[in-house]
Amino acid sequence: MQYAKPKTVAEAARLLKDEAGVTRILAGGTDVLVQMKAGMVEPALVVDIKGLPGIREIVAEAGGYRIGACVAGAELGEHAGLKALWPGVVEGAELIGSTQVQGRCTQAGNLCNASPAADSVPALVAAGAVARVIGPDGVRDVAVSDVPVGPGKTSLKKGEFIASIFVPARPDRASDAYLRFIPRTEMDIAVASAAVSLELDGVGMVTAARVALGAVAPTVRLVEAAGAALVGTRLDEAALDALSAACSAACAPIDDKRGTIEFRTHIAGVLAKRAARIAYTRAGGQA
Amino acid sequence: MALDSNGKRVFKVVGTRPARPDGVDKVTGRALYGADVSAPGMLVGRILRSPHAHARIVSIDTSAAEAMQGVKAVITSRDFAVVEDASTRDVQVNCMADGKALYDGHAVAAVAATSAAVAKAALKAIKVIYEVLPHVTDVDAAMKAGSPVVQASRAVENVPKGFSENVTHHCEFGHGDVAAGFAKADKIVSRSFKTAATHQGYIEPHACLASMTSDGKADLWCCTQGQFNVRSLCASIMGMEASQLRVTASEIGGGFGGKTTVFIEPVALALSKKAGRPVKVVMTRDEVFKATGPTVSTSIDVKIGMTKDGRITAAEAHMRYSGGAFPCGTVDMGAMAGFAAYDLPAVRTYGWNALTNRPKEAAYRAPGAPQAIYAVESVVDELCQVLKLDPLDVRLLNAARKGTQSSYGPVFDDIGLVATLEAAKAHPHYHAPLGAGQARGLSCGFWFNFGGNTCVSLNVNTDGTVGVTEGNPDIGGSRASISLMAAEELGIPYDRIRTIIADTASLGHNDVTDGSRVTFSVGLATIKAAQDAIRKMCGRAAKIWGIDEEAVEWIDGAAVPAGPNAGKFPPMSLAEIAAVSFQTGGPIAGHHEFNADGAGVSFGVHLVDLEVDKETGATKILRYTVFQDAGKAVHPAYVEGQMQGGAVQGIGWALNEEYIYGADGRLQNAGFLDYRVPVASDLPMIDTVILEIPNPGHPYGVRGVGETPIVPPLAAISNGVSRATGVRMSELPMSPPRVLKAIMARG
Ligand SMILES: Cc1cc2nc3c(=O)[nH]c(=O)nc-3n(C[C@H](O)[C@H](O)[C@H](O)COP(=O)(O)OP(=O)(O)OC[C@H]3O[C@@H](n4cnc5c(N)ncnc54)[C@H](O)[C@@H]3O)c2cc1C
Repeated sequence: MQYAKPKTVAEAARLLKDEAGVTRILAGGTDVLVQMKAGMVEPALVVDIKGLPGIREIVAEAGGYRIGACVAGAELGEHAGLKALWPGVVEGAELIGSTQVQGRCTQAGNLCNASPAADSVPALVAAGAVARVIGPDGVRDVAVSDVPVGPGKTSLKKGEFIASIFVPARPDRASDAYLRFIPRTEMDIAVASAAVSLELDGVGMVTAARVALGAVAPTVRLVEAAGAALVGTRLDEAALDALSAACSAACAPIDDKRGTIEFRTHIAGVLAKRAARIAYTRAGGQA
Repeated sequence: MALDSNGKRVFKVVGTRPARPDGVDKVTGRALYGADVSAPGMLVGRILRSPHAHARIVSIDTSAAEAMQGVKAVITSRDFAVVEDASTRDVQVNCMADGKALYDGHAVAAVAATSAAVAKAALKAIKVIYEVLPHVTDVDAAMKAGSPVVQASRAVENVPKGFSENVTHHCEFGHGDVAAGFAKADKIVSRSFKTAATHQGYIEPHACLASMTSDGKADLWCCTQGQFNVRSLCASIMGMEASQLRVTASEIGGGFGGKTTVFIEPVALALSKKAGRPVKVVMTRDEVFKATGPTVSTSIDVKIGMTKDGRITAAEAHMRYSGGAFPCGTVDMGAMAGFAAYDLPAVRTYGWNALTNRPKEAAYRAPGAPQAIYAVESVVDELCQVLKLDPLDVRLLNAARKGTQSSYGPVFDDIGLVATLEAAKAHPHYHAPLGAGQARGLSCGFWFNFGGNTCVSLNVNTDGTVGVTEGNPDIGGSRASISLMAAEELGIPYDRIRTIIADTASLGHNDVTDGSRVTFSVGLATIKAAQDAIRKMCGRAAKIWGIDEEAVEWIDGAAVPAGPNAGKFPPMSLAEIAAVSFQTGGPIAGHHEFNADGAGVSFGVHLVDLEVDKETGATKILRYTVFQDAGKAVHPAYVEGQMQGGAVQGIGWALNEEYIYGADGRLQNAGFLDYRVPVASDLPMIDTVILEIPNPGHPYGVRGVGETPIVPPLAAISNGVSRATGVRMSELPMSPPRVLKAIMARG
C-alpha cells in the first residue's frame, strides 16, 4: 500500500488518476481506516488530502459558506456564522460518532462513503448544497444530492475528489433541522432520518420547503411532494400529516437488523414532522 | 467481638470504602490484560472459522498454508487428544470442530505464523470443502420432530418421546397439587414469552499466550475467571498431566460468566506444541460474538392462578432453553429459580434444552434465572393489573420467608426478600408521581449463590505487613474485599495487606470465579487462614513470654495474655511478633482449604420509571432503583457497582441486545455497533439500597451479590413498558420496531 500526502490539488488528482488499483482518500479516516482494519478494503494507494491549501477552512461566500472538504465535525459546531445560517446542516454533521470521531470526521467523507444512513447528507440536500469537485479535467460543481448513486457508490469519476461544499445564502425568516432515529441515544447508525429546510414570510406562512430523507432508500431522497405539502401553510396538523404521508410514500427501505421496512416507513414520516416543527420554530414561526 | 443493639457484629474495616487496589494500574494502562503478555520468539495464532451455520466438513487441505514462508504450524481437530468425558469433549469440539461445523463462526483450523499478515494469508490458503446442511436456530423449531438435527444421540434418558433428537435434557421441580390450586383461583393468566440470546459483552476480547516446550511442560497466560478450570480442561484436551501445565490468570477486562471456560487456550497450546514456539492468540470482536458464549435463548409458558385479594393459588411453567449446539443444563437453574420468590402451596416447573446451530452457551450472571423470572414476574404483574392490586403488596403477601419450602425443594433459612420488598415500598421512588405517558415497573429477583472449593494462604511478612494469596481472578473487587476481611480478622489496617491471585502451581485448586462465590468462599477461607495465622502468632508470643499457648488471645491486632492468671505482659502486635519470627520458629503463615457450604441465597427488587415514545416505540429509562440483600456489604462501593452493573446489563437485555440470525443461519450483528449495549447517555443514575440480612453461613454474614442484580431488570422494564403502552409485552428485547408494532396492533 502506498500513502501520499500531496501539496496541490493537481498532484492529488494526478496520483488518484494514475493509480490502476484501488484508491482511497484519507480525510478524517473514520470510515476508511475502520474499513481497512476490518479487511473490507485493501487500497493500493491512500491519498491524504489534509495538506491541500484551504481544505480545512470555512469561508464566507456570496452570503453563504464554502466548507473545505477536511473541516471536521467539531469545527462546524464551533462556527457561529454557519450555525446561525444552517443549524440543521451543522446538527447533522455533529451527530456523527462521538467526541473523538467529531475531531476528525468530515461532511465530504460522510458523503463519499455513500452510506444511505450518512447523517450529514440529508440536511445538505435539503439545503441545496453544492460540492466542488476537482479532477484530472479541472473543476466542476455538482449538487450534493447527485453525489451518492447507491450504497458505497458515488458519481465521482476516476481521479476526482471533493474540495469543498457550498451552502447558499438564506432569506431572513428561514431555518432548517435534522433528526435521526437510533435505538440508543448516541453512537449508532440512523434507522431513518429526516432533514427539513423552510423559508417563511412575515406572517409565518411557509414559502419554500425542502425535505430530504436518509436511510429509507439506497441513497438520500429529496421528497418534493413532502416540501410541497408545507408550502402555503403555517404548519397546521393537516399539513404535517400530508408531509408525513408524502415521506412515508417516498420510502423504499430494506428490512434488516436495524429495522423493518414497516418501521422505517412509519418513522420517516414521524421524524419529518418533528424536524419540520423544529425548523419552523427556528425560522421564527409560531406554531 | 463487639455487637450493636440489634445483636449484629460491629466491624472496624469491613463496610468501609477504601480506594480500589487495582485502580491506579487500570487508569494508567499498566495493568496486564490477556493480550499484554509477550515472549521472545512468539508467533501469532489465528483461527479459521466456518462461514456456515451447519455443514459437514468434507475435507481440510492445509498443505498450501503449511508451505508458506513464515507459517510455523497449522492445526485441525486431528491435533488434539481423544477425550472420553462427554462434557470436556464438548468443550474441545467447541474449540475446534470435528467432522461438522455446528454454527456460524465455529473454528475449523488454526495457524501460527511469524506475523499477523502471514497468519491472515495462511488462513486464506487453507481449503475447506463443506457440505452445507439444513440448520435450525430457533428453540421451538429445534424441538419439533423433523427439525434438522444438530447432534444425534445426545439426549439423556428422561426426555419424553415425540420430540426432535435435538432435545437433550429434561427436568421437573415443584410440590403440591397444582390442579387443585388452579381450581381455587379467581383469575388465571397464561402467557408465552421469548427471550433472545444475549452476550456478556465484556470489553476485553479473549486473549492468551501459550508456550509448550519439547519436554512436554507448558505455561499458559490467559484472561479467565478460573485458571484452575482452564488447567483441567486444557490438560484433558491436550492429554497432559495437570502438573505439567501452569496457568496464570491475567487482569481481566470483564467476564460476567463468559470467561469460565476455554475457547482459544487449547488452540494456542496445540499450535505452540506443533510449532515449538510461544503462540499468542487474541480474538477479534467479531470472533468474540460468533464463537464465545452468549446466554441461552428461551421460550417459556407461564400459568399462575390468583385469588381476588392477591394470593397465588398455583403456578406452573414450561421452559424451553437452547444452549446452542451442545447439550446444556442451564434450564435447571431457570426451572428452579422461576418461582423462588414466592411461598406457594402448589408449583410445578418443567424444563427442556434443545440443540440449535448457535454457539455453545457460556454462563452469564445468574445463568438461566433472568429469563425464567422475567416470564413469571410478567404474569404476576398482569394479574395485579387485572385484579387491580398493588404489585408490591401482592409480592409481600406471597413472599418466601424463613421456613418457606422453596419452589425447588429446600426450606429457606434467614432470607431478605420481605425486608427488601418493604424497603422498596417505603422508598420515595415508589411514591413519586409519574408524568403523563410514564409508567412504573417492578420485579423481584433471586439467585442461589454458591460456595465451592477454595484454598487460601496468608503470609505474615517480617515488616508487619500481610500477603494474601488466593486463586480466584478478581472480576468485581474481590481483592479489596478479601483484604478488608483479612484486616478485620487480624486487627490491622487495610493498607498493610495486599491480596494477589496465584497461578495454578502456587496454590491448591480453586473453583472458578462464578456463582457469586468469591467474596463468600474466599472471604471465609481468608478469615480461617487469618485465624490459623493468629493461632501461630499467639504461639510465638507464648514462647517469648514462656507461658502456655492457650493462655494467649488475640485482641485488636495483638497477642495479649488471656486474663490475669496468664501473667502480666504488654501486648505484642502483629508487627512485633513478625519482626522476631526468624528467632521464634521461622516464617509465619496461615492457611485454609475447604469445600465451602452455606452460601445464602440472595433476593433483590428493582423499581423503574420509564416513558415510551408512542410514535417510534423507543423506551427511555427515567429513574431506576435497585434494592438488594447483601448479607453484609464488605466494600459497599463495590456492592453498589455490582447492583448498578447488573441493572445496566439487564436494561440492555430488556431493550436492545439480541443475537440476530439471518435466514442463512449466520449471525447478523457480530459487533458493538449492531449488538446494542446501553451507552452512558441511555441511562439515568442507577440508585441503590443495600439491605443487610446476615447470612448464617458466614461469620460476617456475607452473601454473594454479583448475579442477583441482572435478574429483575427484564421483567421490571417489561412491566413498565406494558403499563406505559397498554399492551402486555412478551418478547425480549423490546426494541423500538417490536414495541411500535405492538402499539400499532393495539390501535
Ligand atoms: C465510532 C464511529 C461512529 C460513527 N458514527 C457515525 C454516525 O453517527 N453517523 C454517520 O453518518 N457516520 C458515522 N460514522 C462514520 C464516519 O465517521 C462518517 O461517515 C464520517 O463523516 C466520514 O468522514 P471521514 O472524513 O472520516 O472520511 P474518511 O474515512 O477519510 O473517508 C470516507 C470515504 O470517503 C472518501 N472521501 C473522503 N473524503 C473525500 C473527498 N474529499 N472527496 C472524495 N472522496 C472522499 C474516502 O475515499 C472514503 O471512501 C462513524 C464512524 C465511527 C468510527
